Amino acid sequence: MPERDLAAEFRAGNVRGLARAITLVERRDPAVRRLLAELGQPRPPVVGFTGAPGTGKSTLVDALIRHWRALGRKVAVIAVDPNSPYSGGAILGDRIRMQGHALDPGVYIRSMGARGHLGGLSLATREAVRLLGAFGFDEVVLETVGVGQSELEVAAVADTTVVVMAPGLGDGVQMIKAGILEIADVLVVNKADLAGAQRAAQELRTMLNLAPRTEWKPPIVMTVALSGEGMDELEQALARHRHYLEGSGEGRRRMQARLREEAADLVGQWAREAALRLLEADGELGRLADESPYVAAEQILSRLGTGGERAEARA
Amino acid sequence: MATRAAPPRPVRIVLAKVGLDGHDRGVKVVARALRDAGYEVIYTGLRQTPAMVVDAALQEDAQAIGLSLHSGAHMTLIPAVLEELRRRQATDILVFAGGIIPDEDIAELKRMGVAEIFTPGAPLQGIVEWLRERFPEVES
Ligand SMILES: Nc1nc2c(ncn2[C@@H]2O[C@H](COP(=O)(O)OP(=O)(O)O)[C@@H](O)[C@H]2O)c(=O)[nH]1
Ligand SMILES: [Mg+2]
Repeated sequence: MPERDLAAEFRAGNVRGLARAITLVERRDPAVRRLLAELGQPRPPVVGFTGAPGTGKSTLVDALIRHWRALGRKVAVIAVDPNSPYSGGAILGDRIRMQGHALDPGVYIRSMGARGHLGGLSLATREAVRLLGAFGFDEVVLETVGVGQSELEVAAVADTTVVVMAPGLGDGVQMIKAGILEIADVLVVNKADLAGAQRAAQELRTMLNLAPRTEWKPPIVMTVALSGEGMDELEQALARHRHYLEGSGEGRRRMQARLREEAADLVGQWAREAALRLLEADGELGRLADESPYVAAEQILSRLGTGGERAEARA
Repeated sequence: MATRAAPPRPVRIVLAKVGLDGHDRGVKVVARALRDAGYEVIYTGLRQTPAMVVDAALQEDAQAIGLSLHSGAHMTLIPAVLEELRRRQATDILVFAGGIIPDEDIAELKRMGVAEIFTPGAPLQGIVEWLRERFPEVES
């Protein structure tokens, strides 16, 4: 592929340049770092939506986009779906529910497989968020299926995390176990038109009352994403949380924690890549690993520490 | 386990139903076959216009667009997609299609720039193998 001047494409507002830059993020191409250095990196606020498949996350995001567009804000969505563990392929279908915004140049939707991100999902989405900010988006929404680790990774990136539930899909007790209430800034019981929604909300309320007192108490919002019912309340809850982050200093604390976390993640990723290269290139080291991964790891770490490999790790 | 440091680029394909016909069983079967062959399929749903399909492909940085249509309007819809790709300077994106399309139209559409056309009854494996040839870099 020929070198493209992505920065120029960004400045020209060419969506293909943005799309390609996000692909580079997914491929962990170091060109992204140069690009971000050139563009500057304003960071738009990020709202994360997570929850079991089918709870209505994409439909809610669609309704939220409509709200923000009415206010003239430019909105980008990153929708993450898991890849097939067998083939690495994926069917990414979140756009289906967001068709109302097709051809609106103030809306950008990008589907991402979680392939190859293994724990690096937050790294990839954090970089994508910066690119979206540099491109001029005012709001970023991150949708992730709440299975396993991914909701924790969303919380690590989002300023406000919305946990979406729906009657009949994933019961409350199970979610407590998954620690999901701890990451929720706003709780949504969607599909309030269906039987069982009131009871689900009631159960949640009981659980929240049992949880340790915190400065911010996650509100429970009932919505019918399909009709837009409850969207006003959801938007108010999001605005209140944003206000709380700004007013209490919690926003700054979270930002700092995120940046430190990111630095540590980057070290992990770069070191891992360099280690794999070393193990491949150095037969002696490989054999050492065959006998004792611990001994090999210590050797690798000391070699990374003395510089020779360090430059390469960033290459 | 591969010791490759960076993951290979997954080939991304936008699959879309264009036109007014309202069933998507066929295209969903294709989507699953492509997923199982290691592709990232972005499925955009029913009743897409050519402009919507191309816009989705640009936003998603897709290398290919797969169109499914059974409405009989292929001689207007498919050229409209090609035209939109030209307009947006994205003719490097490969277009293939599936549907009930007579032979003479197939020849004409290929002349216009459609890379391949699969008619009903074409084995799914044929689509997968054709894509593998077109995108040899995909991991298998
Ligand atoms: N009854 C009802 N169905 C809904 C509501 N919101 C979404 N759905 C439906 O639930 C299904 C899954 O929605 P989707 O947004 O794709 O869920 P996601 O997997 O969480 O992103 C779709 O068929 C939606 O039409 C709602 O408020 N009430
Ligand atoms: Mg979804």
